[in-house]
Amino acid sequence: MATSIDISDLDIYYGDFLAVEGVNMTIPARSVTALIGPSGCGKSTFLRTLNRMHEVIPGARVEGKIVVDGHSLYDSAVDPVEVRRQVGMVFQRPNPFPTMSIADNVLAGLRLNNKRLKRSDAEDVVERSLTRANLWKEVKDRLKKPGMSLSGGQQQRLCIARAIAVEPQVLLMDEPCSALDPISTSAIEDLIHELRTEYTIVIVTHNMQQAARVSEDTAFFNLAGAGKPGQLIEMNPTKKIFSLPDEEATEAYISGRFG
Amino acid sequence: MTTTSPPPTQTQRHEHVPLRHPRLPRWAPLLVAAMAVSAAGLLALSLGWGLVGWVIVAALLYIVGLPLWSRAIENRRAAMDRLVTSLIWVALVIAFIPLVSLLSTVIRNGASELTSTFLNNSMRNVIGEGGGIYHALVGTLLITLGATVISVPIGLMTSIYLVEYGALSRIASAIRFLVDVMTGIPSIVAGLFAFALFALITGDPGIHFGFGGSVALSLLMIPIVVRSAEEMLKLVPSDLREASYALGVPKWRTIVRVVLPTALSGIITGVTLAIARVIGETAPLLIIAGSTDSVNFNLFHDQMATLPVFIYYSYTQPGLNPEISRGYAWGAALVLIIIVMALNAIARILGKFFAPRTGR
Repeated sequence: MATSIDISDLDIYYGDFLAVEGVNMTIPARSVTALIGPSGCGKSTFLRTLNRMHEVIPGARVEGKIVVDGHSLYDSAVDPVEVRRQVGMVFQRPNPFPTMSIADNVLAGLRLNNKRLKRSDAEDVVERSLTRANLWKEVKDRLKKPGMSLSGGQQQRLCIARAIAVEPQVLLMDEPCSALDPISTSAIEDLIHELRTEYTIVIVTHNMQQAARVSEDTAFFNLAGAGKPGQLIEMNPTKKIFSLPDEEATEAYISGRFG
Repeated sequence: MTTTSPPPTQTQRHEHVPLRHPRLPRWAPLLVAAMAVSAAGLLALSLGWGLVGWVIVAALLYIVGLPLWSRAIENRRAAMDRLVTSLIWVALVIAFIPLVSLLSTVIRNGASELTSTFLNNSMRNVIGEGGGIYHALVGTLLITLGATVISVPIGLMTSIYLVEYGALSRIASAIRFLVDVMTGIPSIVAGLFAFALFALITGDPGIHFGFGGSVALSLLMIPIVVRSAEEMLKLVPSDLREASYALGVPKWRTIVRVVLPTALSGIITGVTLAIARVIGETAPLLIIAGSTDSVNFNLFHDQMATLPVFIYYSYTQPGLNPEISRGYAWGAALVLIIIVMALNAIARILGKFFAPRTGR
């Protein structure tokens, strides 16, 4: 079910501004890949190109090739809506739908796509997704309450439940723990550990311990200076990156001697 | 400049910063107000001024007196605070005067008219007593309903285009400009437009019917709906749109199922305010909807009476029993005000009801 992602010569633009330049990498299937690097180096921008969310921003465009499961994502025949059904995303800030209850938030991906669900099936999906997001025990008695009534960490786990309820093949996470306390963070890291057997996960993080804890592979992005495009410096197994990186810049960043 | 040494007080200031200052007692404003009113009252009595002079002098005394007292006891900042607070209260009172005066006049003159006869009878074959506004009430409600049915879909879809699709494009800014121009159209011009339009379509140079009034009113209503709905849609965080896109939801369904429900309460408020704005229009309805003494339920045939037009004719052409006719005008005005107030109340209740709930 899960698939690897091959990226070749990817240039990412905002209008005329080249934000990320010349990315070549392969994201392996059924594993966790972490993207690290300083702020503004294009990690999130790159992540958003993987499910064609980048082009939601007016003027944003992409050159190069991303191949998922043998299909080129940016082929003119590819429907971005279909891509996003296969490649789910969790955002930096929790964003549950304010008009919906907890249960409806989990079902949003299915309901909004007009899938008819039997009541019992819907209940199954809600319970399964919330259980896997480590939230079921906390909310099982108040599924009809609004999604906004939860705490920040719970909201983020609700968003993860919402993303996995549609059973995507790939899960993109854009700094999912940056607004969370250590307990919620560890709940989400546990969740990532459990999900890795079935999903291809790409996670952007500023927390290098987190990258070391959860990921099999790590990609380090950097930019040469302000206004210059971000670049992929190095991608290697996480163990190697954190002990014996190929590039000096990587070593400098990881050991804190950066800049 | 080179000779300036640090002022000797600087070190002392760091050692002792008083946190406590003398404050006027809580009842100080009340005391000053009472003194200002009585002093102004004395002046007014001795110099023979009326109530207006009394109130103005009292307000001036209060505005001067309280800050001066505060300046003497407290400090400059507190005095300024009290001065600006007093000025704002005075501005509030001034703003309320026309509203209160208008409401009290209409209620005084119109309340006695509000009988079941008045609400249930039309003016058909009525000379003098026993008439009512039923025909005008029906006309106002039907024509406004027609205007709403035309304006809300057009206005809402325009604002969706402006926010979700047009964004910063040239055609969107052209539409925004034209909508702003439309806001400024004099209502009589809207009436003339509707009259000309339907006179040309039907070939009848004396055309009068209710639906024409709806079209004229919708011309005034659409820009208000567009602008208010646009502001409400802009307030929906783009996070929510992205969350929906990321679930593989198409854009149109994101708009219908996520963006609109989130903005619904604000949109309803905007629509209700737009209705309240046009329900009292007189000029366009005089031209295209006409006036009649009979009840007419058919928007598409024959003249239709409306409350504003009824008020206008009852007051300017009172006929044989001017006293009774003017009473009708006041009663109809009161009913119109009650309708507008009820609409505003409904808008608030609906707004609360549809607002996204935080559950906290």
